[in-house]
Amino acid sequence: MDLEYFFQLFLGGLTRGSIYALIALGYTMVYGIIQLINFAHGEIYMIGAFTGLIVSSVLTMVGMPIPAVVILAAMAAIIYSCSYGYTMEKIAYKPLRKAPRLSALISAIGMSLFLQNYVLLAQTSDFLPFPSLIPDFDFWEPYAHIITSPELVIIMTTVVVMILLTFLIKFTKIGKAMRATSQDKMMAALLGINVDKVISVTFIVGSATAAIGGILIASHIGQINFYMGFIAGIKAFVAAVLGGIGSIPGAVLGALVLGWTESFFAGYISSDYEDVFAFLFLVLILIFRPSGILGRSETQKV
Amino acid sequence: MTAKNELTKSLMASIWFMFLTFPIMVIRVNTVTDTIEWRWQNMFAVGFGAFFLSMLWRYLIRKKEMSGKKDSQSRKSPIYQVIRDQKFALPGLAAIAVFTILFPHIFSMYQTNIMISALIYVMLGLGLNIVIGLAGLLDLGYVAFFAVGAYSYALLNLHYGITFWIALPLGGLLGAVAGIILGYPVLRLRGDYLAIVTLGFGEIIRLVMENWNEFSFGPSGIANIPKPGFFGMELSLHATTIYIFYTIVALVIFTIFVINRLENSRIGRAWIALKDDEIACQAMGIDKARTKLRAFALGATWAGMGGVVFAAKTTFINPASFTIWESVIILCTVVLGGMGSIPGVICGAMLLILLPEYLRDFGEFRMITFGSVLVLMMVFRPGGMIENVRKTYQFKK
Repeated sequence: MDLEYFFQLFLGGLTRGSIYALIALGYTMVYGIIQLINFAHGEIYMIGAFTGLIVSSVLTMVGMPIPAVVILAAMAAIIYSCSYGYTMEKIAYKPLRKAPRLSALISAIGMSLFLQNYVLLAQTSDFLPFPSLIPDFDFWEPYAHIITSPELVIIMTTVVVMILLTFLIKFTKIGKAMRATSQDKMMAALLGINVDKVISVTFIVGSATAAIGGILIASHIGQINFYMGFIAGIKAFVAAVLGGIGSIPGAVLGALVLGWTESFFAGYISSDYEDVFAFLFLVLILIFRPSGILGRSETQKV
Repeated sequence: MTAKNELTKSLMASIWFMFLTFPIMVIRVNTVTDTIEWRWQNMFAVGFGAFFLSMLWRYLIRKKEMSGKKDSQSRKSPIYQVIRDQKFALPGLAAIAVFTILFPHIFSMYQTNIMISALIYVMLGLGLNIVIGLAGLLDLGYVAFFAVGAYSYALLNLHYGITFWIALPLGGLLGAVAGIILGYPVLRLRGDYLAIVTLGFGEIIRLVMENWNEFSFGPSGIANIPKPGFFGMELSLHATTIYIFYTIVALVIFTIFVINRLENSRIGRAWIALKDDEIACQAMGIDKARTKLRAFALGATWAGMGGVVFAAKTTFINPASFTIWESVIILCTVVLGGMGSIPGVICGAMLLILLPEYLRDFGEFRMITFGSVLVLMMVFRPGGMIENVRKTYQFKK
C-alpha cells in the first residue's frame, strides 16, 4: 500500500472532518438543549458563505487591502449567521416549545426550505465563484505537498474553535446555565436561569461555528450555491448522531470518523458511492449503537 | 398593550428585518463583470412588509394563546362540520362523483393530465398518512418507495415485457418489501433519528439509481415505458389519457376505502395508540415492532402502486424525479391537509399540486411558499386544514 497516498487521504479526511465538526457542533448543542433537530442549520452555514462572498466582493471592488477584506467578510458572515439563527429560533421554534416534537421538526424542515429558496430568489441559482480568502503562506511552502495551507488553516481554526467552545461551556456562567438547561429546563428556570436567553445564546453560538465552517469550506472549494447547505447539513447531522447527539466531544469525534471513512472509501473503492456509504454507515451505527459512539451519559450534554 | 407600544415593536421588527435581509436582498454581485447591483427597492419592501406582518404575527400569537386556554373541543373546523353533516354528505358525494366522471370529457387533455398528477399525489399523501398521521413515524424518504414502484414497472417491462396490470400489484408488493427492509433496522430508533435514517434511505436509493448504470441506466433514465393497454387493444393518445384518469380515480377510491377500514381496525387503533405513547401501548399487549413494520409496509404499498402509475403516465423516468424534495412535497400535503384525516390529505394534495399548475407565474415562488406554509401551519394550526377529530366517548351520568 502506498504510504504517501494513504497519508494524503488521511489529511483530506481530517480537513473534511473538521468542517463537518464545525457544523455538527451547532446541531449537537441545539439538540442538547431543546431536543430539536435543527434542520435549517445547514442553511445558516450557506447564508454565512453567501454573506462572506457578498461582503468580500463589495470590499474588494471598493479597493480595500486583502487582510482587511478577509477579516471584515468573516465578521460580517458570523454576525449575519448569528442574526439569522436568532431570528429563526424566535419565529419557527419558540412558539412550538410545548408542541409535540414532530411539529417542531416539520417547522424546521419548512424553515430550511424557506431559507434555501429565499437565497435562490434573491441571489441566483448558479454556482458562484468564491475567492480563496486564505493565502498560500510562504513559510509553509516546503510542506505544501503534504498538506496545503488552506487545509492547515481549516484544521487549526477548528481546533481553536473547539478549545474556545469547551472553555465557554465548562468555565463561564452562561456555559453553566446551558448545561443546567439541558439537564432540566424546569429546574433551571426555578433557579433563576433565563431559559429563553440560554436557548437564544445556544442558537447564536451554533450559528457562529456554522458560519466559520461556511467561509472556510467555500474558500477551500472555491464555489458556492444556494443548495450547498443541504448535503453539508445532512452530513454534519450524520456526524453528530454518529458521535452521540448532544455530546460535544462526540460531535467532533463523529465528524472526524465520518471524514476519514468518506475519504478512504472514495480513495480506495469508489467515489461514485461516497454519499451512499456515508448514509449506510449511519444506519449501521444506529442499528448497533443507537445512542452513538459517545452518547451514553446524560452529563455530557451541553 | 397600547397602540404606541405596538407601533414601536413593529418598527423594531421592521428595522431588524431590513438589517437581516440587507446583504442577500439588496446587494447582488456579478462576479463575471465585477459589478454590484444595488436593489434598494427590496429593502423598502422588506421594511414595509415586516412592519405589518409583525403586527399580524403578534395578533395571531395572542389569539392562539387565548384559544389554547379554551376547551379544545370547540375548535372543530367549520369545513369538518360540513363534511360530517348528513344533509350535505350525500348530495356532495354525488356531485363529486358526477364531476369526476365527466371531468376528462369536459376539460382538455392538458387539464386531465394535471388532474392525474394531482390524483397520484393524493394516493401518495394517503399512503404517507398511514405512516405519519396514524402511526406517528416521521418518514422523510417516502419517495424511495415511489421510485421503487416506478423502476419496478419500467425494468420489469423492459426485461420481461410485463404489462401495466401485472406490474401494478407487483409494484405495490415491491414497495411493501422495501418498506419492511427499511423498517426493520430502524425499529428501535426514536422519532428524530428515524427521520434522518429514512431521509438517508431515500437518498441511497436515488444515488444507487443514478450511479448503477448497468441496472437502472443511470441519470439518463428509462424512456418509452408503455402506457397501460385495454385488454390488448391499442388506444389513441387521447383515449389512453382518459383511461389512465379513470384508473387512478379507481385506485384513489380503493385507497380511501382500504385506509378508512384500516383506521377503524385493530391495527389502526394500535397505530394511533403507538403514536401517543409507546410504553403504555406495549403494556397493553401490542407488539410494537410488528405494528410499526405494518405501518411502513402498508404505507409503502401505495407509494409503490403510485410509482407504477407515474411511470405509465409519463412514459419516462429518471432519478431526478425522486429527489428528497418530492418527499417534502408529499409531507407538505399531509401536514397542510391535516395529519390523520383522509379528507384533509385529499384537499391538501389537490391544493398543493393544482395551485402551482394554474398559477404559472407563481412557479418560482412555489418552494418558498411551501416552506412558509409548513412553518406557519405548525405554529398556528398544527392540526391542518381539516383537522382529524379523534373519537371520544363521554361519560354520561
